Amino acid sequence: MQAEDKLTYETWPAEPEKSTLEAKNKFLGFWFFLGGETVLFASLFATYLALKDKVPDTTHTLAKDLYDLPLTFVATMLLLTSSLTSVYAMYHMKNFNAKKMNLWLILTLLLGLGFLGLEIYEFTHYVHEYHHTFTSSAFGSAFYTLVGFHGGHVAFGLLWITTLIVRNAKRGLDLYNAPKFYVASLYWHFIDVVWVFIFTVVYLMGMVG
Amino acid sequence: MSTYAQKKGFGATIWDYLTTVDHKKIAILYLIAGGFFFVVGGLEAVFIRIQLAVPNNDFVSAGLFNEIITMHGTTMIFLAAMPLVFAFMNAVMPLQIGARDVAFPFVNALGFWLFFFGGVFLNLSWFFDGAPDAGWTSYASLAMASKGHGVDFYVLGLQISGIGTLIGGINFLVTIINMRAPGMTYMRMPLFTWSTFVTSALILFAFPPLTVGLVLMMFDRMFGSNFFVTTMGGNTVIWEHLFWIFGHPEVYILVLPAFGIFSEIFAMFSRKRLFGYSSMVFATVLIGFLGFMVWAHHMFTTGLGPVANAIFAVATMAIGVPTGIKIFNWLLTMWGGSVKFTTPMLYALAFIPSFIAGGVTGVMLASAAADYQYHDTYFVVAHFHYVIVGGVVFAILAGTHLYWPKMFGTMLNDTLGKITFWLFFIGFHMTFFIQHFLGLWGMPRRVFTYLPGQGFETSNLISSLGAVFMSLAVLVLLYNVIMTSVKNVRVGNDPWGDGRTLEWALPSPPPFYNFKQLPLVRGLDAYWLEKMEGKKGMTPAEPLGDIHMPNSSFLPFVIAFGLFVAAFGALFNMDDKAWSVPVLIIGLLITFGAMFLRSVKDDHGFHIHKEDLMEDDNDKGAKA
Amino acid sequence: MANSQLNSGNPRVDIEYRRKKSAEEMRHQVVSFALMIFLTLIAFAVVAAKGFSAWFIVPFILLLAIVQVIFQLYYFMHMSHKGHEAPSLFLYSGLLVGLVTVLAFSTIIWW
Repeated sequence: MQAEDKLTYETWPAEPEKSTLEAKNKFLGFWFFLGGETVLFASLFATYLALKDKVPDTTHTLAKDLYDLPLTFVATMLLLTSSLTSVYAMYHMKNFNAKKMNLWLILTLLLGLGFLGLEIYEFTHYVHEYHHTFTSSAFGSAFYTLVGFHGGHVAFGLLWITTLIVRNAKRGLDLYNAPKFYVASLYWHFIDVVWVFIFTVVYLMGMVG
Repeated sequence: MSTYAQKKGFGATIWDYLTTVDHKKIAILYLIAGGFFFVVGGLEAVFIRIQLAVPNNDFVSAGLFNEIITMHGTTMIFLAAMPLVFAFMNAVMPLQIGARDVAFPFVNALGFWLFFFGGVFLNLSWFFDGAPDAGWTSYASLAMASKGHGVDFYVLGLQISGIGTLIGGINFLVTIINMRAPGMTYMRMPLFTWSTFVTSALILFAFPPLTVGLVLMMFDRMFGSNFFVTTMGGNTVIWEHLFWIFGHPEVYILVLPAFGIFSEIFAMFSRKRLFGYSSMVFATVLIGFLGFMVWAHHMFTTGLGPVANAIFAVATMAIGVPTGIKIFNWLLTMWGGSVKFTTPMLYALAFIPSFIAGGVTGVMLASAAADYQYHDTYFVVAHFHYVIVGGVVFAILAGTHLYWPKMFGTMLNDTLGKITFWLFFIGFHMTFFIQHFLGLWGMPRRVFTYLPGQGFETSNLISSLGAVFMSLAVLVLLYNVIMTSVKNVRVGNDPWGDGRTLEWALPSPPPFYNFKQLPLVRGLDAYWLEKMEGKKGMTPAEPLGDIHMPNSSFLPFVIAFGLFVAAFGALFNMDDKAWSVPVLIIGLLITFGAMFLRSVKDDHGFHIHKEDLMEDDNDKGAKA
Repeated sequence: MANSQLNSGNPRVDIEYRRKKSAEEMRHQVVSFALMIFLTLIAFAVVAAKGFSAWFIVPFILLLAIVQVIFQLYYFMHMSHKGHEAPSLFLYSGLLVGLVTVLAFSTIIWW
């Protein structure tokens, strides 16, 4: 099958994300990239764990007095739900339904945007209420770097998916852009996987002390 | 002449290389850029040896000496050895597996330009108040205290070139998994392809920790964070771990391709199938795996405690086992073969004792208790030069002679090649063998001079004289390259006459689409197999048809250039220069703009039509 | 799971089959999403309750996180499907290297 082929509901393949050589390469290459990202985030987690609660003096707020459980819970729900909506988008992609796919992707974007908004609110809250900043202690540096790297990934994902939707809004699905949507959704799920560890290791374990 | 390959002027050739996505041309770019940095790093080495030739020397100042040793190490590892290894991977691996190109030609070009601009950026530090001076390991306790911008150049330059290496690694992995010719099963892949595969996997997992380490240091030095500031709760040991979690696999990233090149050479010039092929593959994978479990042996004297030291000591010694398997397999490949002493084969033969010497001192260093004696002496310097020069540089020089005809279509002069070899071989042992003893006698590494009367004079002078021999060797090689290119005597498909793998079934250099028809691979050493059955070439696995090829693009250059510009902005932002933030933003806009352009503009590539391919055939028929 | 071979001469039949298959899979996805939400709720509840000792909570919520991530990987990211051998190999290798890093940073960094 060629990427340029015009396809219909009937001829749309079962695995549009892997129907051409280019698509197969993209699929595999992106998974390997995620393997590398795993190590990247593991290094950041390791740094955070090594520097957790490492502050210059006792006036600084420690993890267990800092984190806010309800806020983290809402953020988690937003991101987890956005993972489901992106699964729905891929379901419609496989059914050759570009309209519904876009609808679910936009929903994903909105949820991601909500998550990002909460994170920004959280950061400003910490800075103003607790003077817990990027430069105030090693703990602060490690916290903002780990959570900020994740937030940066969310922001990049939002831009990426927006670009994909806008670029392909008029022409619908084909075998050239279907793999692009697929790897973008893989990326989005991976962000969620990282977040599961962040809310567990950073926030929940931070609350426990 | 087909419509796709026309004679071009000089400007058009430059433009062609700036926009190329062809793995063979990218290989040449890697070879030229890597060769250039190899000469730069070599000059730095010469300066080091001049300074140390006599006691109390003041050829360079102490501060400048620190900059030179830092840049020598960093340049040789990141900007010379790695790109040169990448040059051979790009030139040969796709041919060896019977592919028309790599999986991501665009990414391949991007990887090269990122490496290139990162390397240029790092070396520009010489012209802006000083190069990095905290050693190639740039330990945080030292690097954080470093004045000037040297360390900032290191941090930013390596980040840029590191991204290039990482995407290059992913590209090779996908190429090997997805693009093998019909019949090319995993256990029929040439050993160089296998080592490319394992090396790329190591790159994929080793470079992220380095990136994180560099980012943390960048944040600390430029944006006021406190990862390595102990008064604010920071911890400098974090850098050491992150650096060596990358740094140790990096050693294998360099040496595994060297093993791959030597495996090809031993089989070719013993004119025998590689002995113990499957155990070679197994050993390569095992070395790759163990390579991640031993990093703390660089930190024995940090004070990790006896338990950690013991674990890492044992794991380190374990690596000797798969390496030993390989050594014996190479020896047994030669046993009973009809050995031909070509230049590449000389390097391969010299590699075995040299590398074993480096391996044995490696096991000595691996015993943690003894390491307290060796640590930070010239014994360590001798050890890693035996491994890296005796392993990697020998392989690069051997590979240059071996693959030159495949990359450029001409043969390097064999007599000059042998002169290069002997000069280099003698010079190498002269320089570094004596350094084992200097270390045992107590000469510390990374000091800019020593006093007379401590018994270091003669040995250091011998060591410096060795460097003269090595420099002469490189000069002879350069002369050889120039003469060969000027004479321009074209050679055929299999100029060594003993080619075993697919790349030797193709013209030298191969057409830009590599294989007119994908070859059918019927076993290990696919081309040798066909030759032994009296066939002239490979049996095609598909009828002649249109070939899909990727379009050239200038965007990789632009993306990398944007980061280069942005790095200047980030760096000078520390000095509160008014222009720094705009420069940073402009650079990032260039990069992201080019990336955006790439993603919204469809790139379907083009097709070479069957008729043109047939025309190519007729052309050749007419010439012959 | 997804079958790329056409088993019937009539493409319509194949499509109906595939649609049914993927609709069924979508139902599984929703179920695993519900489970993930449930696991998250438990994790937050255990911490919010404040009655348990850290020695119980930490391993427990880590276990919940791992289970949840397995759901993400195998259902949402389709790693349970055929053709994911190389991705799993590399993902798990990355995970191993990452785990060793985390282990080292929580044991042999001075403090």
